[in-house]
Amino acid sequence: MRAADERTAALSGRCGSVSVRRRRLLQSLLALPLGLPLGPALAATPGLEFGELYGKVSVLGLEFSDKVKALAGQAVTMRGFMAPPLKAEARFFVLTEIPMALCPFCSSDADWPDNIVVVYLDHRQTFVQANARIEVRGRLEVGSWTDPETGFVSLLRLRGAEFRSD
Amino acid sequence: MRILLAALAATSVLAGAAQAASVYPLDRATILAGSPFDFKVELDSVVKPEDVRITVNGEDYSQAFGAPAQFVEAEQGKDGKTFGSALLLRALKLDRPGTYTVEVSAGSEHKRVSWDVFAAPAPGRARNVIFFLGDGLSVAHRTGARLMSKGMTEGKANGRLNMDDLDHMAFIGTSSTNAIATDSANTMSAYMTGHKTAVNALGVYADRTPSPFDDPKVETIAEAVRRTTGKAIGVVSTAELEDATPAAVVAHTRLRAEKAAIVGDFYAVKPDVMLGGGSAYFLAKTVPGSKRKDDKNYIELFKDAGYTLVTDKAELAALAGGSGKVLGLFHTGNMDVTLDREFLKKGTVAKFPNQPGLVDMTRAALERLAQNPNGFFLMVEGASVDKMSHPMDWDRALFETIEFDQAIGVAREFVKTHPDTLIVVTGDHTHGVSIIGTIDDDKPGSEMRDKVGVYAAAGFPNYTDENGDGFPDRVDVSRRLAVFSSNFPDYYETFRPKLDGPFEPAVKNEKGEYVANAAYKDVPGAVLRVGNLPKDADTAVHAVDDVVLQATGPGADDFKGYMEESDVYRVLATALGLGAPAKP
Repeated sequence: MRAADERTAALSGRCGSVSVRRRRLLQSLLALPLGLPLGPALAATPGLEFGELYGKVSVLGLEFSDKVKALAGQAVTMRGFMAPPLKAEARFFVLTEIPMALCPFCSSDADWPDNIVVVYLDHRQTFVQANARIEVRGRLEVGSWTDPETGFVSLLRLRGAEFRSD
Repeated sequence: MRILLAALAATSVLAGAAQAASVYPLDRATILAGSPFDFKVELDSVVKPEDVRITVNGEDYSQAFGAPAQFVEAEQGKDGKTFGSALLLRALKLDRPGTYTVEVSAGSEHKRVSWDVFAAPAPGRARNVIFFLGDGLSVAHRTGARLMSKGMTEGKANGRLNMDDLDHMAFIGTSSTNAIATDSANTMSAYMTGHKTAVNALGVYADRTPSPFDDPKVETIAEAVRRTTGKAIGVVSTAELEDATPAAVVAHTRLRAEKAAIVGDFYAVKPDVMLGGGSAYFLAKTVPGSKRKDDKNYIELFKDAGYTLVTDKAELAALAGGSGKVLGLFHTGNMDVTLDREFLKKGTVAKFPNQPGLVDMTRAALERLAQNPNGFFLMVEGASVDKMSHPMDWDRALFETIEFDQAIGVAREFVKTHPDTLIVVTGDHTHGVSIIGTIDDDKPGSEMRDKVGVYAAAGFPNYTDENGDGFPDRVDVSRRLAVFSSNFPDYYETFRPKLDGPFEPAVKNEKGEYVANAAYKDVPGAVLRVGNLPKDADTAVHAVDDVVLQATGPGADDFKGYMEESDVYRVLATALGLGAPAKP
C-alpha cells in the first residue's frame, strides 16, 4: 500500500548483545528437534542488532553503518519482533526492534516505525504471535529494492531467511 | 399482508430511484464565491448523453456554469466492475453569491441539491489569521493541562492557560460525509476548504472511482489566499508535514496516506514558511531513509525555488532577522513529543537530539510571515495531542497540550503589536478521554485500583513546577491525575506514566487481531483490561463528541453556538476577504 522505509533507529539497545548464557541456551535449543533447522553453527553467524544498522542519521538521510556495509551479502542473525504480513500471500514480513502495531495512530496509513528490516523467507513459515521475539537468519541485502508484488520499498533485507522463536 | 409487502416494495424502489444519482458538491454545500471546484454527477445506470438533463435554478446547466461537462459513458471500479455514467466539469467557478439549486434527471434517476455560494468581500476585517489546531484536542486535555501546568487550590485554578482567555467560542461538529465518526483528514479539510468530506480525504469530495487522485476537487485556503491576495502562508506542525492536518492546507487526494504526492501539493502552492517533520518524503528513493518511490529530490527542488533549508533548532534560531521563504525539516518522521524531547530523552531523541518545539517554530514562523505587508495565514498544529491520546499515553498528551498552549501564548504576544490578527484555537476531533480524580500511591491497598481517588478522596495532585517553565518537574509524582479512555483495545493498565518511551498498548497477533502488548504485563500493579473495541482496533479511537473552538480578534465574533467545521472556513474566508476577484 505504501512505501516501506528505513527511517532512523530508535536505539535504546533493547535487543542487547547475546550473552554467553543466552548463546548457550540458543545452542541447546538448536539441538532440540522441535524448531526449524537453522542450518549449521548459528553461533558462528555474525549477529546484527537494530542499533547497528545506521552510522549516521540525519534529516537529509541515513548512512548504513560500516558493520552493515561489511556484512552485505553475508549470512547474519537478527533478533526482533515480527510485524504481521501486509497480505496473506506476501512472501516477506517486517522485523521490528520492539513489538508494535503497524500504524499506532490512525486507521489508514501504514506508517512503519523508525527501524525495520524486511525478511524474505526461504520457504513459508507460520506467522507467530507478535508478542514473542524471534531470531532470524538470512543473507543481508543492502540497498533500495521494490517488492514487485506489493510495491513495498525496502533498504535492508534478509534473503533466504528462516526464523525461530527466540 | 401480501398487499402491504407489495406496497412497501414499491415505495422502496421509488425511494431508491429518487436518490440514485450523486452530485458533488453535496447538498447544502457552502462555497466561496469565485472559488474553483469540480462538479460531478454520478449516475447508477449507463445512459446516453442526450438522456441526461441538468438544470441550475431552472436554467440549462451548461449555460449557468458556462461550459458543458465531460460525459463518461461508464465509470470503472476495481476488478472491472462497471458503474453508471458520469458527468464531470472541472474548476467550475460561481462568482455570484446566492442559492444554486441543481436538478439532475437521467432515465429513472433524479437528484436535487442546493448550494449556498457566499461572498467574502475584500478587504476582510483581519489582515492576519493564525489558526491553531490541537489534533484531538478534547475538554479533558485542556483541564489536564491546566491542572498540571498551573495547579489548583481549594477548587480554583492557580493560573490560566493562554487559550482560557480567548473571548469567543463555539461548539464544533466534526462528523464526516460518510459517518458520524471522523479522522484528521476530513476534519481539517472541512476547516481548510469549507466542504465536508469523507474519512481519509483531503481537498476533494470522495467519488466512487478507485483512483485517489481523480476525485472532485475543492479549493484549499492556501490556494484561495494565493488566488486572491498577496498574503504569505505558513504551515507549522510537530507531525510530518505530509500528515493529514498540515496536508489539508494544500492537498487534494482521496487518501491521506499518499504522502509522497502531498509533498508535490506543497510544492505547487509553495507556502512561505513550512516547519515540521517528515523529511523522508522529500528525499529521492535512492537515499537511505527516503519514503518516496521515485527519484524526485524535493529538498533540492525547494532550495532551487528560493527556500532556505533548516534542519535543527540552532539553524531555526539563526533565521532571526533574515528574510525569504523557509523550509524547516527536523525529523524524517513525526517529531518527538515534548516529554521525550525536553525531559526524558526517549523516543527517537537520541537520533534527533536538536529538534525545536512548537513554541520555537511558531515564533520563527510569525517573524517571517509578519514581514509581508499584505498579511498572512498561518496554520499551527499541535499534532501529538492526538498521537499520544491514541495509545492512551496521557502524560505525553497533556505535555503536548501545555506546549500547544505556550505556542498560543506566542501568538497572543504577537497580537499585542498586530491587533488586526484573528486567532482561532480548535481541535479537529475529540478523544474519549476523561479525568476522573487522582492516583495516589500512598493510599492503602494491594491493587492499583485501590489507589484511584474519586470524589473527595481525589484531593489535588502534587505536581510541582519549581523552575516555572509551565511543565511539571516530574510526571511520576505520588498523587497524579487519573485519566482514562472510554474506549480501548486489550491492554495492560499500569496506572503510571510511561517513562521508557511512548505507550504502545496493543500489538497485532497472527489472526490479525490486536492483543495487549505483553511488554507492560510485568509492570508492578498492571492489570489486563479487555477491550471494548473491535479486535482490529489498534489503539483508542476518536470520539464523535463536539470540539470547543475559541477565538479572538477581528472576525472572532462570528463564532457562536453550534457550527459545522465547514462553517469555520466561511469565517476565515470572510475575515481574510478571500471572495475578492482573482489577482491578475
